Amino acid sequence: MSTPPAAHRLRPLPAGPRGILIDCGTTAAARACYRSLQSRRMSGLLEASDLVPGATTVLVDGVDEPELLAAELPGWPLADEPDTAGEAVEIPVCYDGPDLEAVAALWGVRPDDVADIHSGIEYEAAFCGFSPGFAYLEGLPERYRVPRRDSPRTRVPAGSLGIAGPYTGVYPRTSPGGWQLIATMTNPGRLWNEHREPAALLVPGTRVRFAAVRV
Amino acid sequence: MSHIEILRTGVLTTCQDAGRPGWGHLAVPPSGAADRPSWRLANQLAGNPTGACALETTLNGCTVRAHRDVTVVVGGAPCAVTVDGRPESWGQPVKLQAGSVLDAGPAEVGVRSYLAFSGGLHPKSSLGSHSTCLLSGLGPAPLKDGDTIPLGPAPAHPPLPTQWPAPWAGIGDEFVMKLHLGPRLEWFRPEAVAELTRGVWTVSEHSNRIGLRLEGPALARTDASLELPSEGIAAGALQVPPNGQPILFGADHPTTGGYPVIGVVGPEAQAAAAQARPGSRIRFVPIPMPHWSKRA
Repeated sequence: MSTPPAAHRLRPLPAGPRGILIDCGTTAAARACYRSLQSRRMSGLLEASDLVPGATTVLVDGVDEPELLAAELPGWPLADEPDTAGEAVEIPVCYDGPDLEAVAALWGVRPDDVADIHSGIEYEAAFCGFSPGFAYLEGLPERYRVPRRDSPRTRVPAGSLGIAGPYTGVYPRTSPGGWQLIATMTNPGRLWNEHREPAALLVPGTRVRFAAVRV
Repeated sequence: MSHIEILRTGVLTTCQDAGRPGWGHLAVPPSGAADRPSWRLANQLAGNPTGACALETTLNGCTVRAHRDVTVVVGGAPCAVTVDGRPESWGQPVKLQAGSVLDAGPAEVGVRSYLAFSGGLHPKSSLGSHSTCLLSGLGPAPLKDGDTIPLGPAPAHPPLPTQWPAPWAGIGDEFVMKLHLGPRLEWFRPEAVAELTRGVWTVSEHSNRIGLRLEGPALARTDASLELPSEGIAAGALQVPPNGQPILFGADHPTTGGYPVIGVVGPEAQAAAAQARPGSRIRFVPIPMPHWSKRA
């Protein structure tokens, strides 16, 4: 378990007349800061139109008096425990992606081993971006990090599971994309459903496991 | 039937209301009318409650047929307005009989005209908004010739009397915008701020509701090889990609990005930017970072 992030590392940066970008220094601190902001907003202590977590930051937008929030931030105690309440979401995938062999070569393993390694890890949605339903999932150990493809694909089918740098992600709809594709989610419609609350399956903080299936 | 029919969409006509703010953490852009004050005033003149959905045109207007009696206000970018070929008032309530055809002509200045119909439009909604989002695909698709859109019940408030002196904003082809420096000013060389103070940028034709691409002096970074981990993008952010040519983000902006934001413009400038045509010039007045950002 990582050490609790020190509160003094929260660094407020101005993001326009009504916004603050909080630079938290680390991913763990950003996650704790986001949880803290969320609970403050829910309990009415904070009024903001948007809270947007990033890799190591949280953007607070639509604040009436950003200077007051900025003054408070350095004294904030942050939750020092990861939020592990609830079950991990299980996502069945077939490890059949077009970059499977290239990734196996980069990892120095056989293509068949990629499924075991990748599905043996628990991930956590660090933040969302790119497209509604897309989450940047963290958990891949350093030695399994691979670069983006040299030239992005113009068309990545919905449900494709890609990896790049520290992240794993599943494309919720067909779009261009530069990540290395190693698997396919059998039912990508689960990722985004406007008639469900929340619409995204993978909201920031969600724990995720991939289950290898054979088709 | 209680609807309008789109006979001519022009370059791009979309349905827009107040958008879907508050979902940035799920990668949902805010969207909504790009020129907020013009959209709001057009609705107000049509007697609509705040937030009603209207049509937003791009550069060359649109043509619609009413399938019931309805009051319409054409505002935003000034343009010629005709009903069944006869000239009508721009920026004022116009009564349309069922079956008649209203044409909003090309914008004389600016980009986006708004057509507010009494009762508002009720196309498909997603996450509580009828707004089309060009980036995410949420909301109704951009309109096509022949599309029909349901009208809501006529509003409780009658439209304001015609000839009411509506305070429409002037639109030009030279823009001066206050730019609040930060959050990532430190990623840029000191010359970049000097450049921001004296430089003039031209709006590229590759501009849309997602953002204005600006062409002009490059804003140089201290170390262009550094990568910024993805972070949230505020409304009105001026982001600088590696080539140094900034992008001023609009209503359909991405929620996160990996290029540094040198400054952010406020709501008035965001509305003005929505009326900036390709070829128009933008200058910035940099506002220093607030004192609290220096204590940290």
